[in-house]
Amino acid sequence: MIEKLTSVDWTPFILSFKLASITAIILFIISLPISWYLATTKSRVKPILEAITALPIVLPPSVLGFYLLWGLSDSSFIGEFLSSHFDISLTFSFVGLVIASCFYSLPFMVQPLQSGFEALNQHMIEASYIAGKSKLETLLYVAIPNIKPSLLMGFIVTFAHTIGEFGVVLMVGGSIPNETKVASVAIYEQVEVMDYENAHIYSLVMLIISFLVLLGVYIFNHRYKSRLGRR
Amino acid sequence: MIEIDIYKILDGSSGEMPLEIKLEIESGSFLAIRGESGSGKSTLLRVLAGLSEASGRIVVDSEVWLDEGYSLDIQSRKIGFLFQDYALFENMTILQNLLFVNRDLTLAKRLLKLCELDKMSHRLPHSLSGGQKQRVALCRAMMRRPKLLLLDEPLSALDMDMRIKLQDEIALIHKEFGTTTLMVSHDFVEIYKLSNRIITLNSGKIIEDTTPQDISLKDNLLLDGVVLDIIEQDGKSFYLISVLNQIVKIESGDRKIEAGERVKLSSNSLAIDLGGSYV
Repeated sequence: MIEKLTSVDWTPFILSFKLASITAIILFIISLPISWYLATTKSRVKPILEAITALPIVLPPSVLGFYLLWGLSDSSFIGEFLSSHFDISLTFSFVGLVIASCFYSLPFMVQPLQSGFEALNQHMIEASYIAGKSKLETLLYVAIPNIKPSLLMGFIVTFAHTIGEFGVVLMVGGSIPNETKVASVAIYEQVEVMDYENAHIYSLVMLIISFLVLLGVYIFNHRYKSRLGRR
Repeated sequence: MIEIDIYKILDGSSGEMPLEIKLEIESGSFLAIRGESGSGKSTLLRVLAGLSEASGRIVVDSEVWLDEGYSLDIQSRKIGFLFQDYALFENMTILQNLLFVNRDLTLAKRLLKLCELDKMSHRLPHSLSGGQKQRVALCRAMMRRPKLLLLDEPLSALDMDMRIKLQDEIALIHKEFGTTTLMVSHDFVEIYKLSNRIITLNSGKIIEDTTPQDISLKDNLLLDGVVLDIIEQDGKSFYLISVLNQIVKIESGDRKIEAGERVKLSSNSLAIDLGGSYV
């Protein structure tokens, strides 16, 4: 058994974790201002922006993958610019995967943060303005520190969702070992070549990791709520 | 001197209603604002703070805060505001709550000492009682050395003992700093104890502008009550009336009042409690 486990190629997992970590960090930074804006704005364009950020939840991954492939390819404006100036190709590369994952997982970061901001006591935010603090200072020192469970939830769900992505990754990244062949793609390939033994090991590892991540989130939330309840 | 002349359309429960307030307040005074809920009391405070928009003019100690096409932003108005729900920064300790407003440690310590909070300055808000939270909020509001202190029903969520303690502290702070203060309140004891002028709002307009002493003298002792029930006892008919969380029994006489009707009870004399038997 141990022999089996040591002979398993773990690089797809490492790649999956690297992709998920980088995506979660980038999305965390991008989503903070977006979700703060969505939570505080009274603008009429809010529903439109909300619908756009939620699109990846309902779009078939193949549709998102197709548009990303088209948008990132060397013949597109961005792709051509990057390949001619920096010699970077976005399709079938790790960088391309990161960009694709950022689109794919965006709602999983924006939505928890937005609901966290919306659930904040508005008087607390107003008290910060009255104290002479700007919107940015209020965001950094008052709003963000008071939505810690939402931050954790956003981070972990984004991480887990990126680990679990398959369709978009396959379309944009293909299956290049050590570059774009993440765990989910590796399992698909093993099943295709009927290597059920490795498919079982990989799938079981994914199952356990996913369960532990979610269990951690729910335990944390439960503890946090009971701490609030004691107030 | 504070000059207020504002106009705003309010979205009330019974449709749109104009809020029209014209008011001059002497610097350093303590103004109480009372009125039915939805009469525009809180909105008036929010407009003064810059939290709600309105048209018109606001001048505070010859500094223009609001005028045609101009509105000084919230951050630049020197305001202290007390919300009913305290609105403390939950991620900061008591002392940090104060220093976040203004990094003046001497002032922070002075305020905490005044409100007897100096021994718990490193605690987080969630470990405090409602009364303690509101005292922290009061200290925090004073950290900007505000020109205007706005209190929006600050004591309504507290029990009677804590109310009295906080009333004393508000009075103390007002005496120490001489800040012009506007307080929305329904509690006449509170109003009488703290304010030197009282305005009553109804449907967005000032319908009365007087002093607490005048109101108390004019009305004598006038209490609002509701008839709960009419009972028969010893061949006589009595009303059971709910007033000030008590139930009183009053002989009905020739009056015809139905259960559920609102009534006013007035009295010119006092009954004296002699060891449980009433005279």
